[in-house]
Amino acid sequence: MSDIQIPLDQLQKTCLYSSHVALQAKMSPFAGFMMPIQYSTIVKEHLAVREHVGMFDVSHMGEIFVEGPEAEAFINHIFTNEIRGFEPGKVLYGMMCYPNGGTVDDLLVYREFQPEHFLLVVNAANIDKDFAWIQEQAKGFNCKVDNASPVWGQIAVQGPEAEKVVMEVLGYKEAADLSFYTFCDVEYKGKRLILSRTGYTGEDGFELYTTLENTVELWDILLKAGVEPCGLGCRDTLRFEAGLPLYGDELSPEISPVMAGLGMFCKFEKDFIGKEALLEQKAGNLAQKLVGIEIEDNAIPRAGYPVELADEKQVGVVTTGYHSISLDKSICFALVDKEFAALDTPLNIRIRKKVFPGKVVKKRFYQTNYKK
Amino acid sequence: MSKVLEGLKYSESHEWVKVEGNIAVIGVSDFAQKEMGDITYVDLPEEGDEVNAGEEFGALESVKAASDLFSPVSGTVVAVNEELADTPEKVNEDAYAAWIIKVEMSDPSEVDALMDAAAYTSHIGE
Repeated sequence: MSDIQIPLDQLQKTCLYSSHVALQAKMSPFAGFMMPIQYSTIVKEHLAVREHVGMFDVSHMGEIFVEGPEAEAFINHIFTNEIRGFEPGKVLYGMMCYPNGGTVDDLLVYREFQPEHFLLVVNAANIDKDFAWIQEQAKGFNCKVDNASPVWGQIAVQGPEAEKVVMEVLGYKEAADLSFYTFCDVEYKGKRLILSRTGYTGEDGFELYTTLENTVELWDILLKAGVEPCGLGCRDTLRFEAGLPLYGDELSPEISPVMAGLGMFCKFEKDFIGKEALLEQKAGNLAQKLVGIEIEDNAIPRAGYPVELADEKQVGVVTTGYHSISLDKSICFALVDKEFAALDTPLNIRIRKKVFPGKVVKKRFYQTNYKK
Repeated sequence: MSKVLEGLKYSESHEWVKVEGNIAVIGVSDFAQKEMGDITYVDLPEEGDEVNAGEEFGALESVKAASDLFSPVSGTVVAVNEELADTPEKVNEDAYAAWIIKVEMSDPSEVDALMDAAAYTSHIGE
């Protein structure tokens, strides 16, 4: 996403911008927004989420509501996962694809309690593109599409103590009854709050969607209660360790869900845009696949670094890489030619002038801790 | 407020140089380590490597990013602080104690082009 250049004065600010500045966060442009990268250090914030609890301003994310008699049929037409038979209060992860299988976006679909109502939560960088795509595809379906992103704030409370915080600090006892990927509607100051047991860290946690005013008040309450504010820096290290893709790095118009190893979120028993192309890829007709690679050194593979064979022939490129904070290993995601995607395949990574030997490993580097 | 030591010379790319006879001891400034955050890896050259003023000789890596290290002087690497391979955090703890390489200078006059403490303080805007 670093290739999108927006002049500084045109960057958007979330409703929590003043709080980030007051907390002296290191701010940086991300997905068209001025966002906090870190408040203290990435390592401290990362460990707060892994060991206790941390919170993120994710108000930049997009909320698109779809409602109407044919809303279900429509979403099932553009979404790779199967939403028929999935009950109100449930959340599903999946993608929207182009006819050629390339990824429009990865997103969450919420089936609301009101019949024929759905919420789609999309990536900040893709809000305009997604909304245009959804509106275009919705022609001919009896449903209404509304981009409500500007009026919804969102806080992610993540970590093993997240449930305790949501119940005791915010008073939402309903949290105890939610399993991972379910939600309920509650209120704060008379306004709707969607309490969703979801996240992007590999830990248990909640995402709270509500009005901008409520978001600011809730953030302050959580801050006063001692919840560690966490920036996008550790959001990336956390999601990466948990094997979760980032649109722009591991998914894109050129990288399909099947190439990214996310075929389990594509249901081929139904029809959806891109299905034929993805079926072809699934049958082996694809050039590259996303893999995990671990190297035997502390040097850090970064996005864009070449992946090579022993004879220095380049067979791929790193998409995200870190020296993992929780695992103390240098690991990365890389898109490699499919012949070299099998587990344990030896692959080298060129880091500046040196070459470091490594091998293909499972992409879920960290054992996730979700509430069943 | 970052620490700037008197008696050292500084480059625009935030390396410091301590001149000991014909030897330049090279590290990165306190300002640089603060900007980078937690340093997790130091990519070191080898003894005997030739370095040129203004050219890259290694890198520091934080969680988020890699920053190239540029040699402020030309010459031959005569010592490398191998301790940093296992304890890169020493650069964060005391950037002026954690030297990175020592270079036997081929042209000691190159040091004259570097900034003194006052000029460097103004360079980093503090």
